[in-house]
Amino acid sequence: MTDNFYGEVLTDHNLHPLHKHDLPTATCCHEGVNSTCGDDIVLNLEIKDGIIVNGSYTGSGCAISQASADIMLELVIGKGLEEARHLNELFNKMIHGEINDDELEELEEAGALQNVSKMPARVKCAMLGWRTMETLLDSEGGAP
Amino acid sequence: MSNYFDKRDFPVFERYKGLVYLDNSATQQKPAAVLERAERYYREENANPLRGLYELSVKATDAYENAREAVRAFIGAKTVREIVFSRNATESLNLIAYSWGRANIKEGDEILVAISEHHSDLLPWQILCKEKGAELKYLECDEEGRYTAEGLRAALSPRTKLFAIAQISNVFGRLNPIKKFTQICHDNGTLIVCDGAQSVPHTAVDVQQLGVDFLVFSGHKMLGPMGIGVLYGKEELLEAMPPFLYGGEMIDTVTRCGASFAELPHKFEAGTVNAGGAAGLHAAIDYINELGFEEIERRENELTKLAFEEMQAIPHVNIIGAKEWQEHHGILTFTVEGVHPHDIAAIFDAENVAIRAGHHCAQPLHQFLRVASTARMSLAFYNDEEDIRRFIGVLGTLRRKMGYDG
Repeated sequence: MTDNFYGEVLTDHNLHPLHKHDLPTATCCHEGVNSTCGDDIVLNLEIKDGIIVNGSYTGSGCAISQASADIMLELVIGKGLEEARHLNELFNKMIHGEINDDELEELEEAGALQNVSKMPARVKCAMLGWRTMETLLDSEGGAP
Repeated sequence: MSNYFDKRDFPVFERYKGLVYLDNSATQQKPAAVLERAERYYREENANPLRGLYELSVKATDAYENAREAVRAFIGAKTVREIVFSRNATESLNLIAYSWGRANIKEGDEILVAISEHHSDLLPWQILCKEKGAELKYLECDEEGRYTAEGLRAALSPRTKLFAIAQISNVFGRLNPIKKFTQICHDNGTLIVCDGAQSVPHTAVDVQQLGVDFLVFSGHKMLGPMGIGVLYGKEELLEAMPPFLYGGEMIDTVTRCGASFAELPHKFEAGTVNAGGAAGLHAAIDYINELGFEEIERRENELTKLAFEEMQAIPHVNIIGAKEWQEHHGILTFTVEGVHPHDIAAIFDAENVAIRAGHHCAQPLHQFLRVASTARMSLAFYNDEEDIRRFIGVLGTLRRKMGYDG
């Protein structure tokens, strides 16, 4: 792990999240928990006509889990369900150290979490928001 | 400060130069003498101990039984019959719960457990109570981790069969008054199980002086190899207890329809034993005896004081437990406002400083203290002033690294 792992992108999304709030208009929500860490988030999505028109999360956890969820929402809001699934796959690939440069570019700010692939203990933190979204997409959004 | 240990006895610090290892409550590093002794066992003395009728097996048996005698002397037990080797403190506690517990705990009985106990000194009792329809009760401490004699007396009832408490809590670092608690328990007809995992490596423990019925500890937390631990039990208690595991080396005679079991302590040591581990633990005890607890405590206290005072001076850092360094015994559990403990540990790791973060296998305590998780630094005599300075240096810049102004 490098010294600047907690770079500006991560600390910014952790301390000043864009999407950490309730979402009364949500059409589905799901709680994701890492019981060993105490990371606990509720992910809310508002899905209309196959598009994620809005999203938010609430809860608490480490900077990686919180920033990752916030960055994810920033990335998928406005996108279709298929696109969200595709980004989720890319994120998975990145965290497991199997991503190429073109794919990394698609992930935009989420690329700031690439170094998690070298920290096995933190993988589940980074994955929490994404894993929770995947559950939502598979159930509420209809399985692919 | 002077006369600090230069870590030369610990090969891991040659391999990982600059590593600041402050996770000693989880496991300690091993001096070369321990590693060499365990290796020598396998190179020169290895055979199946306790049953061979040839020279090498006698050597193996000697290595194993000499280690038992070293443990006996180390904790002041009356006889080697009271020293049972296990894998670790957890297995020792499970042995008591399965063997003594299932033979003695009945519906309506109570077991009292200190709220700060490690899961290994809680779950065996929790499961036992569920199985038997007994009641599990908790002795609560104050916010500094202090247990009192009055609190214990009030928590005991005529139905309390057993009280389980660590001599030193792995979260608070506080040394509990076990001798006093033992008297109170015995006056009530209650047995006391003492978890010595965090105390035996750091302070002289004498089971006869304490009077406890059972004491458990792990070899790997006191310079020894992993996979070797100890159960001390009073002879009359162990004698009356049924075996825990069944198999080879723990029998006297076996017929098609029954068996009689070996004498203490072998009754509780089924299967081929960890003689290499025991030999390594013997070397660890020799190492500790040579250094002496007076010297070990002097070094650890100096470092605890230094770390405690420096931590107190850093804003937004909160130390869990006592407000005096003297009560911490090398264990400083803390939080940093606004920073999750896993992020704390990651930032320390980036600076090559190893600390623990999480619930330290004490979730009920964290619920009781109303904190989700904490970070913990725990030191040993082989740490030095430079280790503490590096730890403090990282702690002081931690919030800025996480994007705070200070």
